[in-house]
Amino acid sequence: MEITMENPKKKGVVLDSIVDTSLKKTPKIETKNIKVWYEEFNAIKGISMSIKPNTVTAFIGPSGCGKSTFLRLFNRMNDYVDGFSLEGKIKINGQNIYKKNVNVEELRKEVGMVFQKPNPFPKSIFDNVAYGLKIQGIKDKQLINDRVISSLKQVGLWEEVKDDLKKSGLALSGGQQQRLCIARTLAVEPSIILMDEPTSALDPISTAKIEELIFQLKQKYTIVIVTHNMQQASRISDYTAFFYLGELIEFNKTKNIFTNPEKKQTENYITGRFG
Amino acid sequence: MNNIQKNRWKDQVFKFWGIFCTVIGLVLLTIFIGDILIDGIRRIDWDFITDLPSRKAENSGIYTALMGSIWILALTTIIAFPVGVAAGIYLEEYAKNNKLAGLLEINISNLAGVPSIIYGLLGLEVFVRIMNLGASVLAGSLTLSLLILPIVIVSTREAIKAVPQSIKDASFALGASKWQTIWHQILPASGGGILTGVILALSRAVGETAPLIVVGALAYVPFVPQSPMDEFSVMPIQIFNWISRPQAGFIENAAAAIIILLGITFIMNGIAVYFRNKWQKKWK
Repeated sequence: MEITMENPKKKGVVLDSIVDTSLKKTPKIETKNIKVWYEEFNAIKGISMSIKPNTVTAFIGPSGCGKSTFLRLFNRMNDYVDGFSLEGKIKINGQNIYKKNVNVEELRKEVGMVFQKPNPFPKSIFDNVAYGLKIQGIKDKQLINDRVISSLKQVGLWEEVKDDLKKSGLALSGGQQQRLCIARTLAVEPSIILMDEPTSALDPISTAKIEELIFQLKQKYTIVIVTHNMQQASRISDYTAFFYLGELIEFNKTKNIFTNPEKKQTENYITGRFG
Repeated sequence: MNNIQKNRWKDQVFKFWGIFCTVIGLVLLTIFIGDILIDGIRRIDWDFITDLPSRKAENSGIYTALMGSIWILALTTIIAFPVGVAAGIYLEEYAKNNKLAGLLEINISNLAGVPSIIYGLLGLEVFVRIMNLGASVLAGSLTLSLLILPIVIVSTREAIKAVPQSIKDASFALGASKWQTIWHQILPASGGGILTGVILALSRAVGETAPLIVVGALAYVPFVPQSPMDEFSVMPIQIFNWISRPQAGFIENAAAAIIILLGITFIMNGIAVYFRNKWQKKWK
């Protein structure tokens, strides 16, 4: 096993291709030597990576490896966690998002997030999608209406709910709820969407719908997704990052990670030997 | 008897002990209410509610005391509701886990257990004397507000705690500020719980006697308060006053007033239960 993995020729090809594509497009998200602490616990131990626009990047790794923590850095959702502290730089669209004068609310309009468990507000379907616009102070009813409809259409929910937009978002099925949550995120028009295990609470059919949706959304958005499902990572992502114990073990094109991982740990994990 | 039988037997014994304990409370309450009803129900008519107090038992009514209670209730709501809810929101959402909040929390829990007469003394010194409000409705309301603030704060915090973190996360992730999240998500979702707590606290306030006596509420007031600065009486004080009279007619009056006071408390508790159920349904 190890011999085939460390075939120097193949390794060279991999590295070249990374350099090539990264020259073409400036990174959407760039992190430099990121370290995160929760009180004394060192959750992230110095991670640098750059994520290109209009790609799907999957974060994989065993529970507690820091992938969710790392994801939540991009929209500063860790700010509320007690004892959280950060070292290093994260740039989104070239801007350091942890600088003092950064407006966190503005950042979150640019970097949307979908959570593990579908979490619609206890409001109507319409109000769920319109919420992000209303809190921005947008009062133009026509604009809100258009944005709600187009967001629901994008996630393929429009045909299913168009007759009862006044119904509570909580009355939908789990898969529909998750698509509603994605629509709610799209309505704010972010350019990056973070997804924290978005299908782990869903049945296979709903999961397939969400995966298809992610594939379509790639045209307009940069997507970073945390997943525990290896098949899902290999199906939907362009790049895969393998995390282990707060470190980034390997980050490469998904094809390479799954067919020809450079590190033994990566191979053991994706073949199900641990984790 | 083997082990299983033994456990079953213990189970039965405990069950009956539980039933017995529950019944004691219910029986005593029923006897009390029955007794009061027998004594006082005949005395209740429209005149009893609209008559001013009098030296003669049969001419006496609860009008001034009832109006005093309503004044006190209204002013206490106006004072305690915004202050208590705001303090609860601050402690739960803003000041979480800092040292000052920890200290405040312990103090508030302790305050909830302070005897009400102590609040009366505090009110007498601070509101009546230092702030020079006199034995007014305002001074009484401020004192009762202090008394129920800990309850309002604690129940506000409990209601806010029950709002799932996932809802707050979703709101923040869409670019909402803390205040927007509180206003648009947390308060609507916890409103039922907060309202329930406030109403229960107020129904306690409406039955309080000791602190108002200390503040200087009068046992005999021949007029209805026209402003927050007027002197006043309240139902419990009126009842206390009547019970201490030797004439039988006044005892009957007291029983009738107790029925009305109990009625008010039951209605308030009923409203609280209604709100709680209504909000719970909304979540499903």
